[in-house]
Amino acid sequence: MPKITYIEHSGKEHVIEAPAGQTVMEAAVKHAVPGIDADCGGACACATCHVYVDDAWLAKTGEASSMEQSMLDFANDVTDNSRLSCQIKVSDALDGLVVRLPKSQH
Amino acid sequence: MLAQGAIRFKARLRMCGIGSKHTLRMTPGDINRIIIIGAGQAGGEAALRLRQGGFSGDITLIGEETAPPYQRPPLSKKYLAGEMDLERLLLRPASVYADETIALLSPVRAVWIDRANKRVRIEGGRELAYDALILATGTRPRQLTLVGADLPGAHLFRTAADADAIRPGFVSGARLVVIGAGYIGLEVAAMARQKGLDVTVLEAAARPLARVTSPEVSGFFLDEHTAQGVRFLLGGQPALIKGKERVTGVGLADGGEIPADLVIAGIGVNPEITLAQQCGLRIDNGVATDASCRTSDPSVFAIGDCAARPMAHYENRMSRLESVHNAIEGAKLAAAAILGQTQSVETPWFWSDQYDLKLQIAGLFQGYDRMVLRGDMADRAFAAFYYRGEKLIAVDAVNRPGEYLGAKMLIQSGRSLAPDLIADISRPMKELVAAAN
Ligand SMILES: Cc1cc2nc3c(=O)[nH]c(=O)nc-3n(C[C@H](O)[C@H](O)[C@H](O)COP(=O)(O)OP(=O)(O)OC[C@H]3O[C@@H](n4cnc5c(N)ncnc54)[C@H](O)[C@@H]3O)c2cc1C
Ligand code: FES
Repeated sequence: MPKITYIEHSGKEHVIEAPAGQTVMEAAVKHAVPGIDADCGGACACATCHVYVDDAWLAKTGEASSMEQSMLDFANDVTDNSRLSCQIKVSDALDGLVVRLPKSQH
Repeated sequence: MLAQGAIRFKARLRMCGIGSKHTLRMTPGDINRIIIIGAGQAGGEAALRLRQGGFSGDITLIGEETAPPYQRPPLSKKYLAGEMDLERLLLRPASVYADETIALLSPVRAVWIDRANKRVRIEGGRELAYDALILATGTRPRQLTLVGADLPGAHLFRTAADADAIRPGFVSGARLVVIGAGYIGLEVAAMARQKGLDVTVLEAAARPLARVTSPEVSGFFLDEHTAQGVRFLLGGQPALIKGKERVTGVGLADGGEIPADLVIAGIGVNPEITLAQQCGLRIDNGVATDASCRTSDPSVFAIGDCAARPMAHYENRMSRLESVHNAIEGAKLAAAAILGQTQSVETPWFWSDQYDLKLQIAGLFQGYDRMVLRGDMADRAFAAFYYRGEKLIAVDAVNRPGEYLGAKMLIQSGRSLAPDLIADISRPMKELVAAAN
């Protein structure tokens, strides 16, 4: 199963095995990783699942859709690495993915 | 984090009967035992928020459904389509409640509240004592009071069990009649067309979404569904559900009949306030609370779909909202009030997915006197901004997330944008929001 590393803003790491097909947000919520609220449950409606994808993985996670990009435009502390984790599907190609969490989702 | 760990550790010791009670008090006013009735989105969230906020005493979460707290929105979307299983529907994995030493009693119904002695009776007669009680009992779908409404093939739609019962008949070629054109009815209709069912929507009002949006936005959704092959019978009244062994059609008040294999009714809901009424709490459409979700009894809180509270961004008008946002916010507010912490409130928000249309709503549109359109409905990407006087009060954004989030921020901070500026699509929303005052 692909492994994903979530790094909290404090630096604390969580390494989680996520089945392909789930989203990066769902895997975090299922394992109670603090720092991803995901209020809308993955409907791309709340922007509270914001993560920073590590540079090395940017190409593999692909580009944000225009819908996602418009949501990100209004999130806090957005960088070129910002994504909504509910819009990234886990696959074998993402085995080893590292994402960092923002200070706050609100 | 360390402190949190220590608190949890103590809570575990306590579950095992080790450790003395008085060392564990964390909350003002001697609150050691919290009971939450209703293990839905609001109740489940409240239990976890209390732990996250540092509460180390007993938490008992009583839910009459079989599954641990789960999300309802996907029920009329991906879950109905069979693209999601129950496990993915759960808000948190079932093991979280044990890990957080939250006693989840399910499927168990609470049947009586004794406020004088601060006790809750559950079915079977057992009584549990509380120091603080949270009501999170949600809503009940309005029943179809028609002959034949109990025939196999006729369904209400609220729970995962309802969706499970519908799914086997929700197949290509089946003839579906949806009674009620609210969000849930229209989401079901959209999913049904995508699955190849033959769909008729029967609605008593003159337009779909009549209670929840403007005539213009209703018209847009009517046209979209019609283009997708949904038949509408507006102003139509069902008189009976026909069939012997199972549903064969819906008889209309004017004598007509629509043949059907499957009938799904989404004709609104009533707040579940039986227990609140029984124990004499103040009711105002739902269980009435103050801005911190406290009811007329200071030891009792009410949150989520069953409760009505003053809306900060709307002159403290009492409102009972039915949304995920409201369920989560109520949970945060009640937990904060119990723990003596503060909690800010957000602009209310909601969404609905139909076909490739994402409708995102911020604010409450009731009482608007002017609607301004940004973008063109023909492009299937536009936002309807609602004003009362000069004040922006709500937005319905279709495939326009920037407009949705921008308006949400404006309403949150009490800012507005002149209608002519909003209508100017050549200026990006972000720029407009930055310039607003
Ligand atoms: C099909 C559907 C689609 C939806 N789509 C959206 C959407 O897209 N976006 C959005 O924001 N919102 C949506 N909603 C609304 C949202 O799901 C609700 O607002 C939310 O679930 C409310 O949470 P709650 O905890 O207050 O109530 P509920 O989730 O209804 O939970 C209440 C629970 O309490 C239990 N209960 C009641 N009385 C007792 C008792 N005496 N003892 C024990 N248990 C009891 C009930 O069985 C229930 O499990 C949708 C709702 C439905 C049904
Ligand atoms: S979970 Fe709401 S936008 Fe990702």
